[in-house]
Amino acid sequence: MIVGLDMMQTIGACLILPALAVLLTLLFGRWPNVREGSTLLVAFALGSMVFSLLGPVLIGARPSLTLWEVIPGVPLAFTVEPLGQIFAMIASLLWIVTTIYSVGYMRGNDEHAQTRFYACFAIAIFSAMGIAYAGNLLTLFLFYELMTISTVPLVAHKGTDEAKRSGRVYLGILMGTSIGLQLVGIIACWILAGSLDFVPGGLLAGKVEGWPVLLLLALFVFGIGKAAVMPFHRWLPAAMVAPTPVSALLHAVAVVKAGVFTVVKVVVYVFGLDLLNGTAGTEWIAAFAGFTILAASFVALRQDNLKRRLAYSTISQLSYVVLAALILAPLSVMGAALHIMAHAFGKITLFFAAGSIYTAAHKTEISQLDGIGWKMPVTMGAFAIGALAMIGVPPTAGFVSKWFMLSGAYEAQAWAAIAVIFASTVLNAAYFLPIVHRAFATKPAPVDPEHDHGEAPTPIVVALAFTALGSLFLFFVPDSFLALAEQLVGGRP
Amino acid sequence: MPSLLSQNLPALQVVLPLVAAPLCLFLRLPRLAWLFALAVSGAAFAVSIALIVLVQQNGAFSYDMGGWAAPWGIEYVIDPLDSVMLCLVTGIATLVLMYAGPSVEAEIPRRQIPVFYVLFLLCLTGLLGMVATGDVFNLFVFLEISSLSTYALVAMGRDPRAQTSAYRYLILGSLGATFYVIGIGLLYMMTGTLNMEDLARRIPEVAETRTISVAIAFLAVGLALKLALFPLHKWLPGAYTHAPSVVTAFLAATATKVAIYVLVRIFFTVLGPIEAFQTLPATVSETQLVGVLAILAMMSGSAVAVFQYNLKRLFAYSSIAQVGYMMLGISMVSVTGMTGGLVHMVNHAMMKGTVFMALGAVILRVGSPDIRRLDGVGYRMPVTMAAFVLAAFSLIGVPGTVGFISKLYLVRGAIEGGHWIMVAAVLASSLLAVIYVWRVLEVAYFRSRPAGAAPVREAPLVMLAPMWVLALANVYFGLETTYTVGLTEAAADYILNYVPGEGPTWEHPLFEDPHGHGDGHGTGHGAGHAPEQDAHAPGVDP
Amino acid sequence: MFETVLGLYNYWIVIVLMMAGFYTVIARGNLAKKVIGLNIFQTSVFLMYITMGAVEGGTAPIVSEEATVYSNPLPSVLILTAIVVGVATTAVGLALVVRIREAFGTLEEDEVLALEHRMDRGA
Repeated sequence: MIVGLDMMQTIGACLILPALAVLLTLLFGRWPNVREGSTLLVAFALGSMVFSLLGPVLIGARPSLTLWEVIPGVPLAFTVEPLGQIFAMIASLLWIVTTIYSVGYMRGNDEHAQTRFYACFAIAIFSAMGIAYAGNLLTLFLFYELMTISTVPLVAHKGTDEAKRSGRVYLGILMGTSIGLQLVGIIACWILAGSLDFVPGGLLAGKVEGWPVLLLLALFVFGIGKAAVMPFHRWLPAAMVAPTPVSALLHAVAVVKAGVFTVVKVVVYVFGLDLLNGTAGTEWIAAFAGFTILAASFVALRQDNLKRRLAYSTISQLSYVVLAALILAPLSVMGAALHIMAHAFGKITLFFAAGSIYTAAHKTEISQLDGIGWKMPVTMGAFAIGALAMIGVPPTAGFVSKWFMLSGAYEAQAWAAIAVIFASTVLNAAYFLPIVHRAFATKPAPVDPEHDHGEAPTPIVVALAFTALGSLFLFFVPDSFLALAEQLVGGRP
Repeated sequence: MPSLLSQNLPALQVVLPLVAAPLCLFLRLPRLAWLFALAVSGAAFAVSIALIVLVQQNGAFSYDMGGWAAPWGIEYVIDPLDSVMLCLVTGIATLVLMYAGPSVEAEIPRRQIPVFYVLFLLCLTGLLGMVATGDVFNLFVFLEISSLSTYALVAMGRDPRAQTSAYRYLILGSLGATFYVIGIGLLYMMTGTLNMEDLARRIPEVAETRTISVAIAFLAVGLALKLALFPLHKWLPGAYTHAPSVVTAFLAATATKVAIYVLVRIFFTVLGPIEAFQTLPATVSETQLVGVLAILAMMSGSAVAVFQYNLKRLFAYSSIAQVGYMMLGISMVSVTGMTGGLVHMVNHAMMKGTVFMALGAVILRVGSPDIRRLDGVGYRMPVTMAAFVLAAFSLIGVPGTVGFISKLYLVRGAIEGGHWIMVAAVLASSLLAVIYVWRVLEVAYFRSRPAGAAPVREAPLVMLAPMWVLALANVYFGLETTYTVGLTEAAADYILNYVPGEGPTWEHPLFEDPHGHGDGHGTGHGAGHAPEQDAHAPGVDP
Repeated sequence: MFETVLGLYNYWIVIVLMMAGFYTVIARGNLAKKVIGLNIFQTSVFLMYITMGAVEGGTAPIVSEEATVYSNPLPSVLILTAIVVGVATTAVGLALVVRIREAFGTLEEDEVLALEHRMDRGA
């Protein structure tokens, strides 16, 4: 461990550091350079803390930190396990990148209330770490809701009527599903099992069977609104009014991944694959995820606004994870875990590119992007890599996760799932490749020199190049993520 | 002399503010009266802490007022539920009084300020007496002490509508209290006793009579009026809206809670052995009336709150909904449900205390609780509004706040009992809370302050400190529930499994009979049950 | 039947007074009359207590050589307290009525309500 912290203290540090960032941001609100410098410093420290836990987890350690009992039998507890480690690594790593990006973006666009922005951002990361390392459902739910609340001000950041309306939709759907469905599921688990701990093999295994399992599963899958399974997906397009760094880190990585992460976690540690495999009817819930994949892809095809198209693509990609988890084969669950990682790098690149275009060229619609690739070669090059990752073409990380999903589906003989994945791959290509084609192969519309532009500010370009390369890198060297995913399902299947 | 002191703690708890109240009149300086009242309520809080420790160590105990043995004399009984309630009421009173200084000086004419504190302490006395006493008629007296002072306190509001609100409160409150007296009169008619313990023992013999049924009906309606259970809540919004801010904060956090406490006490201990509560008329199969009314209260209160512009009125309607939550938990008649109801009583005191304190600070600085005048107030009074935000999240039931703990137990109780409609109602009402809370937050944080508006200062520290103590209590007790859930669960268990005679140990554990009269003096002595009576008239037992 | 109607005449008086008072509180529009109605309502309760303490042929509960049957004094004592409470309630109620009259210039409930409604909308 670094700087002499034992593992419990490291977990504590992972939680305290983002909270510290909130304080520092508020404290140094008047001096932007100090404010962002300290955020960046904390982000680096957090990253090193999180990665220092990777080694012990890979050799099978499950360090945990139990604070105190909130209600009898249910403490506030944190445990590092493989899936959480994957999520924590992605969130902390990309926080560093996004902080760099934000500096360029927020200053480049002269946004208001930047202190509130950075503070809420840090709270969101704090809750992401809490979700990743949560040791029981109550702790997880606590940070889940904190994340919802902390991100609403980011969505409504602009303060325009449209932003406020979106904020309401966002809060309404996320709070509505979590209070209305997920909370009931959690309390039902509490009654059935007497505790809310995450147990390898499933907390509920042997405690309940038949249709109540199905009902509970539905409460969780739909109650975790952040996973955006239809019909509870509308908050995500609504959230696109937020500044791009928010869309990038939160609505492509932290928030939405918190959703699918929770779904996978609940499937694996609360229900257990065996319990669900023994329950008839789970495929009906999986069918909702499959429908979401296809329907969201079709909607994405028709969007001209770049960020909205990306948002619908996200909805579809999130349901990949849900579907893969619900195929209930170890291989596909591994695929689900890996897709959390692959999609994070791919989608954040795409959003960074969208923000880069907005900052440099003030363009938001796809139809305006004729020939922009030659003016912003790095941005659009990274965009192309991100698009390939979404489609699942080698050599990008997207291919790895899709491979595992398909093998899992094949093993479980889930032919419908395979068909859905193939169909949506075609659709992915259909809505991403035309953008790349338009950017590089069409002639730009003539512009007056006053509005001419080059690349975006350096911090932005650096950030998006980094994530694009990350996407490639993880195709060639996915070892640690693979190993973590294997441990999630209890060894190489 | 600690032992003599601790012997008389239950009496001291009530007598202290009662004796102190008129003294405020002699302190002509407003600030002096304020500090004196604050000191008194602080002392009362210390007494309640001592009592809670005593009950934790020794279990429930009783205290004979003036040394007259129960059931002839008036007996004070402190059981787990009582000790929690006493602590809650005195704790809130102390915080509210600390906060009161600047707000009272701004809202109340200077020469009336000492009177204000007199009334405040009298109201506190009444509430504490209602909790501490073990005698149903004595309870009525304290009920009226607190109610009468409350009417006068509400009428001290600046707006002329405060008068009409106080008037309506007086009419309905007096009706409720009179219904209660009729109820206990009928009980007395059949049992010949007014001591709660004694009543509980004698009632089963006469349970089948019509008189007892009528008594139950009168008690239920009278208490429902006092605790503002839908549809008998009409007095509440006006009274909360137009009362001085300090009074609203105090009432919202304590008055309805104590009324609910009385309902629980009467129906689950006094009438517990005949299961009176469970037999209140059923309209829907298997769900008795109170549960249905509670659901209606939750839904209608929250729904009406969504459309209010005056924030004090908005949160007054929210209070009606919250009373619904508490009654819902109680109506489940299970330990989990009762725990949920009781813990929500404690938790709601923290939430609404904070909310109304914050609104009081806003009124002090901005001058109005109208939502249309609060654009950008979140940046103009950041510290106040941050406390408000915490309490507002607690109202929604965000995890990590006390509201979540309440909901956890309520929903759990409902699921365990198979009351699915109740589950749905709790959740739906929470979602309505999201809407009305968000309306306020959006105005406070996502609108810029109106151009040309006068700059607004932050509230003074004496107001912020107690507000933040309560706001942080919302979070602390949302994460660490040993005291709230632990104590209320013990109380719920005690109340639901109450067996007269096996309940309170008959003597104060430290009580040594100082006057030397015990067994011999019972026959031939009745006792008056009013505090001001001085003649223990001889007579025959009825 | 006859026995129930006339034998319990004291209770019938209680009931009649109670209903009369309650009706006045609910149905009367004049705020002062409501207070009076409340008073009558409470008085009926006083009577109810006193009448149930009375023992037929009993004397006042003062120990004396001749008397063997006493009335129960406790209800009377209780009602002494209740009367005090009732007087206090009436006093506060009437005081409020006076102040409402000063503020609104009327004591009719519908007129007060109309004025209040106007204030609510004005705010």
